[in-house]
Amino acid sequence: MSEAAYKQVFRRPESLKDVPTHYCPGCGHSVAHRLVAEVLDEMGLREQTIGVPPVGCAVLAYNYFNFDMVEAPHGRALAVATGVKRVLPDKFVLTYQGDGDLAAIGTAETIHAANRGENISCIFINNAIYGMTGGQMAPTTLIGGTSTTTPGGRDASRDGKPIDISQMLAVCDGTVFIERCTLNSFKGVKKAKKAIRKCFQAQVDGLGFGLVELLSPCPTNMKQTPQQAWEFIDNEMMATFPLGVIKDTTGYED
Amino acid sequence: MPSEKVLMRGSDTLAEAAVRAGCRYFFGYPITPQNELPEYLSWRLPEVGGTFIQAESEVSAINMVLGAAAAGARALTSSSSPGVSLKQEGISYLAGQELPAVIANMMRGGPGLGNIAASAADYFQATRGGAHGDYRTPVLAPDSCQELAELTFTAFDLADKYRTPVMLLGDGLIGQVMEPVVLPDPIDPADLPPKDYIVDGCAGREPRAIFSMLLGQQGELMQHNFKLQAKYDEITANELRWDEYLIEDAEIIAVAYGSASRIIRAAVDELRAEGIKAGLFRPITLWPYPKQALRDLAKSDVKIAVFELSAGQMVEDVMLSVGERAEIDFYGVPGGVIPTPADAAAFLRSSLAGDGKVGRRIAI
Ligand SMILES: Cc1ncc(C[n+]2csc(CCOP(=O)(O)OP(=O)(O)O)c2C)c(N)n1
Ligand code: SF4
Repeated sequence: MSEAAYKQVFRRPESLKDVPTHYCPGCGHSVAHRLVAEVLDEMGLREQTIGVPPVGCAVLAYNYFNFDMVEAPHGRALAVATGVKRVLPDKFVLTYQGDGDLAAIGTAETIHAANRGENISCIFINNAIYGMTGGQMAPTTLIGGTSTTTPGGRDASRDGKPIDISQMLAVCDGTVFIERCTLNSFKGVKKAKKAIRKCFQAQVDGLGFGLVELLSPCPTNMKQTPQQAWEFIDNEMMATFPLGVIKDTTGYED
Repeated sequence: MPSEKVLMRGSDTLAEAAVRAGCRYFFGYPITPQNELPEYLSWRLPEVGGTFIQAESEVSAINMVLGAAAAGARALTSSSSPGVSLKQEGISYLAGQELPAVIANMMRGGPGLGNIAASAADYFQATRGGAHGDYRTPVLAPDSCQELAELTFTAFDLADKYRTPVMLLGDGLIGQVMEPVVLPDPIDPADLPPKDYIVDGCAGREPRAIFSMLLGQQGELMQHNFKLQAKYDEITANELRWDEYLIEDAEIIAVAYGSASRIIRAAVDELRAEGIKAGLFRPITLWPYPKQALRDLAKSDVKIAVFELSAGQMVEDVMLSVGERAEIDFYGVPGGVIPTPADAAAFLRSSLAGDGKVGRRIAI
């Protein structure tokens, strides 16, 4: 038998290290990592990239991403990224942040980096819970949503309603592209990848601040099976956080 | 450009010296009494191709500095007491990540919002590490605009040499006073040695990560801490700075830093004119503290008179240095009230007389 001609159709992106991650089974972080890595590879950006991970479940992202990274204190990723980008305006600068990091402790950094129109791309993982610290209420926890600090459910009169930071950022002049996608379905993941590509392209073209929000399952802290975590995003999260392009002034064709 | 003698305000001196030391990035948030410094850099940095950003808070400012340092630049932030409190978490990260940065604190009266007058009540915060973790920050305390200019260079050099945040500790007085200064010659940041730890894209090399979290089960964080401690030992061995004034035959040695030292130096002169053998020991590095140099001066027939613009903070380092070798008296004025040279002279006389009229005896 002669040598079989194999064609490789799927492999680990170069932007991801060949190491196991610590993410739980069914967690959205691993999918999001892969998408970011694929897009960076496809756009030839890996060697130009400086990433800033969050403090949150993705705090160890520098062990998984195969490009330069610098740790930021909890919530300060966009301030750190601002410092990096101002020194290296021709490099590609990326933050990767959870909802607590981006929309609670880091709200000021987030809004002001966006408002300055920092030429930075932000991947925002919205899992409606604090993953790393063990399932406390997030700024994005749904009304009625139980967590270890809202055992009776989130109460709007006590805790306020879930914050929609993507909408808030859309009113800032410095933002050029904001889209909310989901990681709970094949279709959703494909769409998310397209959004990430567009967001990254906006930075490459020097247009301004871009953000892709990804509705992401956290089965562990939601006390769900991975299947239930996906259904929760479809049946409950999307009602509060509807998918779609929130702002796009890039002028790019789809 | 050849440097000539110019009349400059302290804040402007620090700002211009930073530019000349190759700093091209400033991030800060307004607070009195140091606003002249960012205002100066807001027009000066663009002149040299640098970047000035008014951040949304001191928290953001210190983290922008962190990012700029990670990208390889000399970066500066400045503030005054309440704002420096907000920077503490970032300073701890800089220490843990071993990134260079210069932080200027033009101290004002506290606690809380306090007032905007010159004070020196942030000594503990500056020298003990105001944030979490086992770390130290070299602290430089100038007493004049000239020394401020020189120590600004020193601060950037130490920061790069030891990969550590360094604090320039001044106060509202030194920030506002105008004095003749000869500025150090400018250096081009492009001539600074390359840094092999920065993140600037991994083209042609392995990716790098700058981080302070060490979760390993084999004591990785302990090892990292031991490494930091070894660095702090090296700084302590190599970087002590202090100034001695008329101490050889002194029967009373004043110990003071920064603006307080200027006030009591005048008192020392006044006493000398009366034939009283007074002298001044002035720490310039507050951490590391010149303990041995001070200890060597402490004898049973010498009084040590500590003078501070605070309720008594540096005096603890004097106690650690001197122990029971000599009697220590303390006189401090907190809350932004500036004592006069006459007040300081009254303290020195009272200390010599042992009458307890001004200040108090420190019991070890
Ligand atoms: C200053 C500070 N406050 C609190 C924490 C503790 N902390 C770590 S991660 C986190 C929240 C994580 O939630 P999120 O940002 O939603 O990310 P996830 O883990 O869900 O991905 C908190 C509160 C910290 N590390 N630092
Ligand atoms: S706790 Fe949640 S967010 Fe964190 S790794 Fe597990 S599933 Fe993912």
